[in-house]
Amino acid sequence: MDALMNFGQGIFGGVWPAVWTLIKIVLIVAPLMLGVAYLTLAERKVIGFMQVRIGPNRVGPWGLIQPIADGLKLLFKEIIIPGRSSKGIFLIAPMLSIAPALAAWAVVPFTDTLVLANIDASLLYIMAITSIGVYGVILSGWASNSKYAFLGAMRSAAQMVSYEIAMGFSLICVLMVSNSLNLVEIVNIQDKGRFADWGLSFLSWNWLPLFPMFIVYLISGTAELNRAPFDVAEGESEIVAGFHIEYSGMAFALFFLAEYANMILVAALTSIMFLGGWLSPVGFLPDGIVWLLAKMSFVLFLFLWFRATFPRYRYDQLMRLGWKVFVPICLVWLVVVGVWMMSPFTIWN
Amino acid sequence: MGSMKEIFNSLLLKELLKGMSVTGKYFFARKITVQYPEEKTPQSFRFRGLHALRRYPNGEERCIACKLCEAICPAMAITIEAEPRDDGSRRTTRYDIDLTKCIFCGFCEEACPVDAVVETRVFEYHGEKRGDLYYTKQMLLANGDRYEDQIAQDRQTDAPYR
Repeated sequence: MDALMNFGQGIFGGVWPAVWTLIKIVLIVAPLMLGVAYLTLAERKVIGFMQVRIGPNRVGPWGLIQPIADGLKLLFKEIIIPGRSSKGIFLIAPMLSIAPALAAWAVVPFTDTLVLANIDASLLYIMAITSIGVYGVILSGWASNSKYAFLGAMRSAAQMVSYEIAMGFSLICVLMVSNSLNLVEIVNIQDKGRFADWGLSFLSWNWLPLFPMFIVYLISGTAELNRAPFDVAEGESEIVAGFHIEYSGMAFALFFLAEYANMILVAALTSIMFLGGWLSPVGFLPDGIVWLLAKMSFVLFLFLWFRATFPRYRYDQLMRLGWKVFVPICLVWLVVVGVWMMSPFTIWN
Repeated sequence: MGSMKEIFNSLLLKELLKGMSVTGKYFFARKITVQYPEEKTPQSFRFRGLHALRRYPNGEERCIACKLCEAICPAMAITIEAEPRDDGSRRTTRYDIDLTKCIFCGFCEEACPVDAVVETRVFEYHGEKRGDLYYTKQMLLANGDRYEDQIAQDRQTDAPYR
């Protein structure tokens, strides 16, 4: 590592830190994009399997080249800009939607040392950055000058704001018990506890003591992603495709990439906050990035499973769930955790 | 009391888990997809596909230009023109079926008093430009000649049920 640093310093001189950061960014974004591509294939395969079909299997063995074929198709398609749209915003919106989806990865720790920016307020950073993603949706809906896109954008704006509250509350519980906003700290703290001492650290992870919050986070995460059964922003059967109805070609592909990158992000965050990140579930196996990837895959599979199972929520039901169910549950559990931590029965100290 | 139970059940996500267990089970179920060009589902002998005009074994065409098929065709896909042939028998000079109009209802076949127009089992045909699916008398007769064995066999299989 030192040799690499010295080598870079020798070639690039003063700009080496910038180049090194750029290399690290590529090292995160490239596998992420590959993950996104194959997540689309996995989605089609999993949903196919659950519908007793076999999914795409014609392009390459088991359809493994399918995502690349899809990507090429989108790449060669024309980007149609509606005549009465506001063109500047129309083109900025997809970028506004993908940029936060990628930027949030800056603070995601893959192991306790493998993290691009190990900043103290990383949880806050994540919350802030992911909230910006909604602008992409709203602006695209607004700029398209189409009623379906506009409806989709309005729905999505209200939905994402509502579920951010429930999501925030569930994360408050996490940061209460971890006593830190730093994601690396949050994971490390999950390695302590009675069960961890017995070598059963998966029972010490946050998902068990904060189980209701884990469920709330998972469900509001799904809602935040505009995934089925909360995909009213797209709502194919009602408003055709919602906010991205007027987009085609690569502009549409950017929305698609953003949605799936966000999916992987939420899966990573769920793994880090509640499922012990890179920690191994049992004492005798070493920790490592493999565990994080396995947990992420599990959460992603859950998302696909939800989509294959549940019909879409009606919009008022969706709002009711967010405001009248999740927010009260979160508030109650916040108090419960607070009292628990102060009581003699506390498991966090 | 009942509503309390309901609230409790919904908080435990009971119905959602039930639904997920169903889809979860089907995830491992045997897949029923038919890999089409390589695998095909069995076909009925009453399958209604591409049309054909049949001939008698001596080579004489069956159609007597009664125009019943043209009359019954709900999509008005059949066009017939007829005049007496040199030997005095009544024959078609034009017998066209526009397969882009045809709805494959099989009425023409049922209307035909001499079993001349039939629908074969063939469904794998295509046209590459406009008009390719406009079948003329020659093309229909050629279809009949080509698939006569299958056609005759299917009519025979179906005969006991008529």
